[in-house]
Amino acid sequence: MNKIFETPLYPYVRSADQDETQPVRRPVVIIGAGPIGLAAAIDLAQQDVPVVVLDDNDKVSNGSRAICFAKRPLEILDRLGCGDVMVEKGVTWSVGKVFGGDSPIYGFDLLPEAGYKRPAFINLQQYYLEEYLVARVRALQAEGKDIDLRGGNRVVAIGSHTEHVTLEIETPDGPYILEAEWLIAGDGAGSPTRRMLGIDFVGRVFEDNFLIADVIMEADFPTERWFWFDPPFNRGQSALLHKQPDNVWRIDLQLGWDIDREAEKKPENVIPRLKAMLGEDAKFELEWVSIYTFQCRRMESFRHGRVLFAGDAAHQVSPFGARGANSGFEDVDNLVWKLKLVIDGLAPESLLDSYNSERTYGADENILNSTRATDFITPKSDASKALRDAVLGLAKEYDFAKSMVNSGRLARPCTYDGSVLNGADTDLPRRTRPGSTAADAPFGDGWLIDKLGGGFQLLAIDVEVPDALEVDGIAISALKLAAKGAPELAERYLGDAKGAVYLMRPDQVVAARWTEYDEAAVVAAVNTATGRAK
Amino acid sequence: MSSLNTEPNLADPDDFYAELLEMLDDKDVKQSREIHARLILLLSNHIGDREILSEAMKIAAKAAG
Repeated sequence: MNKIFETPLYPYVRSADQDETQPVRRPVVIIGAGPIGLAAAIDLAQQDVPVVVLDDNDKVSNGSRAICFAKRPLEILDRLGCGDVMVEKGVTWSVGKVFGGDSPIYGFDLLPEAGYKRPAFINLQQYYLEEYLVARVRALQAEGKDIDLRGGNRVVAIGSHTEHVTLEIETPDGPYILEAEWLIAGDGAGSPTRRMLGIDFVGRVFEDNFLIADVIMEADFPTERWFWFDPPFNRGQSALLHKQPDNVWRIDLQLGWDIDREAEKKPENVIPRLKAMLGEDAKFELEWVSIYTFQCRRMESFRHGRVLFAGDAAHQVSPFGARGANSGFEDVDNLVWKLKLVIDGLAPESLLDSYNSERTYGADENILNSTRATDFITPKSDASKALRDAVLGLAKEYDFAKSMVNSGRLARPCTYDGSVLNGADTDLPRRTRPGSTAADAPFGDGWLIDKLGGGFQLLAIDVEVPDALEVDGIAISALKLAAKGAPELAERYLGDAKGAVYLMRPDQVVAARWTEYDEAAVVAAVNTATGRAK
Repeated sequence: MSSLNTEPNLADPDDFYAELLEMLDDKDVKQSREIHARLILLLSNHIGDREILSEAMKIAAKAAG
């Protein structure tokens, strides 16, 4: 075992809040110090919102768990100050290969065009991500930010009120009460918060088991995602291979429904399966073994009064497509700027309902994609298996069938088409329409994406705009660019137009766009994007 | 809007039907199902029009009752 699992990173320390006779009220409390809770805490602290994070544990996750981090979450982690360390340590990849039996069916490149700061994907063990996030929390604390990470704090009861939430917390020193104006639940798929508030979480259970094994070995497989349908070493089932840092390889083997889960986890049963795949003589060491089943489901609403659910606590998908942790970062990105405006009294509370509408839209897209992949990987009936096998058979020879082979459609940011926050649109490239996440492009010696985010901005390309603007307390800065010598920028933001003005949200999402500057139109779009439009 | 042609469209229907049967000669149920699946995929891709395909699927499923 890697000792990183065993070291308490945020051991219990008695808080002054525990010595108060009256419960202390905090602006924001987060339950769960996993990737989503920590990311939300960092985002809030960076915007000077005091935040308390509660977790009953004090260590990083046991086992590699989420390992594939997509381009968009890496851009979000850049904004949170953790992107570089992730990409430096992680294994960068963009190519996937699919095999049927023992022969290759086809390959795909997830980022075929150049001109982006971040790669399509990196693979990195979740425990490294959590370690980097905790280090970032410590750095923010050193800068004087009010961010309090409390290990050994287990929330045992939650009271939901109009103006606040009450939390009963158990600690090694006994219980105490804390109040929060806003509560973010990032406490994972089994969310105790959801259970304590008695909120339903229904969806589809997939009757299948997957053996997940991390092995340490020297191997010369390329840095690609390899997926097998019906391989010789796991007949009638599927298999997946991913490379992680430190010579750790992730192997997923589909096992079927009727198995003895405890027996299958034992090394004496796991090792022969791995040898069948890697060769009798392969030298490897088992780092972590787990068996998982999965569900595709989401909460009906991610907002319950003053409680906001994010990440796996709000939605779950199958692992095929890397849409779990990745979409959790998009939740955080979407939520925090809205919460900040509401806390500052610059936007109505109803702005938080757009967190629910935008992110449930995103969750539905992820559930749809991952359900379809799962139905392809695990056909439900003999007839659907015949169709699936027909696709695989034809794909070896005919291109049309390759496009139907679904081993997981890998995570991409969703576009909030039809969002209530979207403003004006005009005849400019479709990929940057309102509701889209900003497309990155080279910019001077750096990247456009690094110049965006954190506040509302006017992105002006070859159009005169003021340096700064204020709309009823909301500051808007200007980023003025020229299309000359920037072909990717022109292609992604201008198309055939001579110039363009984009109103960008603090989460780097396009709010509205025009080909000319009109202050009244910008003011209207800012009000629409902040839920203030009358 | 495109729509599925359900008027006679094959020059020699008996000859076509005979070829379909021939394709399944000596095949068991499982093999036949595999052949049917491949045939559906090939023809669907050739037709390429989602409205027409959806209409055909609806009629086929309804006829199966």
